[in-house]
Order: sequence, then C-alpha cells, then structure tokens
Amino acid sequence: MKRIAMIAAVSILMLPLSGQADSREENIAKGKKLALDGSKGNCLACHLIPGGEMAGNLGPPLLQMKQRYPKRSVLHSQIWDSTAKNSHSMMPPFGKHGVMTKEEVDYVVDYMYSL
Amino acid sequence: MKKKVRNRFFAPLLVLLMLLATVRTEAVDYQAKVQADIKAFRDYFAAQFPDVPFADYANGVYAIDADSRQQWLEMEEFPPYALSVEDGKALFEKPFANGKTYGSCFPNGGAVRHNYPYFDEKRGTVVTLEMAINECRVANGEKSLACKGGDIAKISAYMAFISRGNPVDVKVASEGAYKAYMKGKEFFYAKHGKLNMSCAGCHMEFAGKRLRAEILSPALGHTTHFPVYRSKWGEIGTLHKRYGGCTNDTGANAFAPQSEEYRNLEFFETVMSNGLIFNGPASRK
Ligand code: HEC
Ligand code: HEC
Repeated sequence: MKRIAMIAAVSILMLPLSGQADSREENIAKGKKLALDGSKGNCLACHLIPGGEMAGNLGPPLLQMKQRYPKRSVLHSQIWDSTAKNSHSMMPPFGKHGVMTKEEVDYVVDYMYSL
Repeated sequence: MKKKVRNRFFAPLLVLLMLLATVRTEAVDYQAKVQADIKAFRDYFAAQFPDVPFADYANGVYAIDADSRQQWLEMEEFPPYALSVEDGKALFEKPFANGKTYGSCFPNGGAVRHNYPYFDEKRGTVVTLEMAINECRVANGEKSLACKGGDIAKISAYMAFISRGNPVDVKVASEGAYKAYMKGKEFFYAKHGKLNMSCAGCHMEFAGKRLRAEILSPALGHTTHFPVYRSKWGEIGTLHKRYGGCTNDTGANAFAPQSEEYRNLEFFETVMSNGLIFNGPASRK
C-alpha cells in the first residue's frame, strides 16, 4: 500500500514533467518550421544552420546558440528587432515589422537553443 | 551732368550683376557632384574585389564568381537570347499601320541603346529606351506595349545588340537631372518593405555573398547588359521586371515598369556605371 502510494505520488510528480518534455519538443519543431519557412523566418537564406541545405552567408552561422546567448531575451530581441542593435542591419526585424508574433519568435528561440 | 554720373556707375554695376549671376549658376556643377559619387562607388567595389578588372563589372555576378562564370561562358556559346534578338529585328523592321517603322523614330538603324537613359530637360523627366520605344508606337498610332517582357524586351534586345560596345556615358547636367538622380540614389540606399532591406544592402554591402544559393551581384554594372534572358523566367525580360522582382523580395509592392521611381533608379544605377561598355542583351540563371 505504501509502495503503491509512492508510485502514485511519483507518477503524479512525473506527469507535468513528461508533459513539459513533450511540449518542448513540439515547440522546437514549431520553431524549426517557422525558421525554415520562406515566408516567415527564412533564416537559411542568410545563415548556415546545422542540417539545413543551400544556406546563405550574409549573417554568421547559427551554432551553439545556448552557449553564445545564455540570456533568452537577448536572442529574442535579435530576432524581434535586429535594428535595435544595428540600425542598418540587413536582417529583417521580424517581430517589429509583423512578420512573426511574439509567440512565434519564442518558438524560433526554442529551436535556436536546440542547435 | 548728374545724369551722366549715374550712367557711369550704372553700367559697370549692371555688368557686375550679370557676372555675379553667371558665377552663381556656374557655382553648382552637378556633373562634378555626381562624379564624386561615381568615384566613391567604384572605389568601394575596387576595395571589395581587388582582382576584378573594372570592365568586367558589365558582366554582373559573373565578374566576381569563377564557378558561375564558367557555366555562364558555356551557356553563352549558344546564347539563349539569340532568338529574341532575331524576333526583335523583325519587329523593329515591321511597318506600323501607317507604313512607317521604328526607324523613323530612332536614327542609326536603332543602334542607339547607349543614348538611354537620359534626362529630358523639356519634359523634366528621365527617358528610358523602353519608354522611347512605346512613345514611338503611340506617335505612329499604335498601342503601347506592356513593359516587362514580350515584344518590347525583344525590340530592346535587338537595339542593345546592334549598339554593343558603346560606352555608358550618362550626363547629369542640370538641377532637374540632379533631382531625378538624387531620387534614384535615395531609392537605392533606402530600406524597403516588411523585410526592411535595401538595394545597397544586397548589391553593395553583401555583394559576393550568398543569399540561399544565389550569389549577389555588384550594383556597379547592373544596367549595362539588359534586357536579359533569364532561365528562371524562361524568356527575355526588362530591367524594370528585375527591379520589380527585387522590390518584391524586400516584402514591398513592386512599382510599375517605367514608373518614375524605376526610371530614376535606372538613371542612378546607369550613372554609377559610366565608363563601362553596353553589352546587352545577356543571359542569366
Ligand atoms: C536577409 C538576411 C537575414 C535573414 C533572413 C536572417 N538574418 Fe539573422 N542576421 C543577418 C545579418 C546580416 C546578421 C549580422 C548582424 C546584423 O547585421 O544585424 C544577422 C545576425 C543574426 C544573429 C546574431 C548572430 C551572432 O552570431 O551573434 C542571430 C542570432 C540571427 N541573425 C538569427 C536569425 C534567425 C533566427 C533568423 C530567421 C528567423 C534570421 N537570423 C534571419 C541576416 C539575416
Ligand atoms: C534580399 C536581397 C536583394 C535585395 C534587397 C535586392 N536584390 Fe537585386 N538581386 C538579388 C539576387 C539574389 C539577384 C540574382 C543574382 C544577381 O545577379 O545578383 C538579384 C539581381 C538583381 C539584378 C540583375 C543583375 C544582373 O546582372 O542580371 C538587378 C539589376 C538588381 N538585382 C537590382 C536590385 C535593385 C535595384 C534593388 C532594390 C530595389 C535590389 N536589387 C534589391 C537580391 C536582392
């Protein structure tokens, strides 16, 4: 009985965790789709991304993003409005110009963190 | 006596005023201002691509990328625009309903590509070759043609072909011309569209880099070789068709071919290419 209770407690504790793991994968997949979509992020047009084909090279390769951008908000803002950092940036200000929503940029950040 | 004195002063004063007036108009030498821009533009690319000879900029992206140049040279052995040039010749020589031909509008059998674009002082606007072709039609009672591809691109291709080898030498000689030039220049450097991109970004700052699989051509020489037969189009097309495509790529709506915006842009880009050789039509991927 004690054992059953413990198993139950543990599985209840695990539930939200496994749920989170699932949605993290989902978010990464959503972010990847947005990043590669020619009418959304289209990141490959200008950046090398591991696993992506025929990448452009206007911007730096998108590698080791977690190490290079420990702060999520910094990466988010680079994608949201690249012109905040570099006023004549060639990178489109995806959020500011309404190409992607805040949520969509969040997914792209999730994807970037998986690289 | 009094009157005489006044005249003695008045005449030299008048001469002085007239002199001042001519000095004032001479003070603004528009061509010299533009010349400084041309030099800066050329110097920029010379620094970016020190191994590329100036004359080669007439070949677009093939001036700066050896691999695609090789493929292009092979394509040029049977140039895909050859048929368009032939069609263009037939169209050029075919009489209008009134019996006249394009030859009545264009001297030299139509070998006048290098006289365009120019700033028409009387009308206060930039005149391009395609615009002049349509004006010739209208003057002879014909309808004007759509200006992206088709017959007008073929006629333009023929006229470019028989004008090959003439230098680009566009003049900016008046305030009006300078204003049109400045509008084209502003358009070239300004950010456009939802994606916030400029012509200068892709064709100056990042010239030679890859956007996806496409290598970005230098803006120097952009206008020397049009119209072009582009494999992606599967036909010959005009410069303004290309301008439209690139404007769309910034997430903005393209302007109409032969709009004032694109004529000014062509004027600016062609001025920047002064000293190169007109070598159209050309083939592109
Ligand atoms: C049209 C070109 C272009 C596109 C499309 C583009 N970028 Fe960029 N990106 C650049 C350039 C150029 C830079 C260099 C910095 C600058 O100029 O802002 C850059 C910089 C970056 C940086 C900072 C790089 C570093 O190493 O610190 C990140 C992160 C980034 N881009 C992510 C993205 C993502 C994600 C997308 C797609 C959602 C994207 N970019 C789409 C051109 C582009
Ligand atoms: C997002 C990048 C980008 C922007 C912005 C852009 N272009 Fe382009 N353009 C290209 C690409 C890619 C090509 C095809 C490869 C080449 O020849 O450069 C091209 C081709 C051209 C060509 C044909 C060159 C040739 O030799 O056949 C012209 C002319 C041109 N662009 C003018 C412009 C002008 C003018 C603007 C601004 C309204 C502009 N482009 C904006 C990417 C761009």
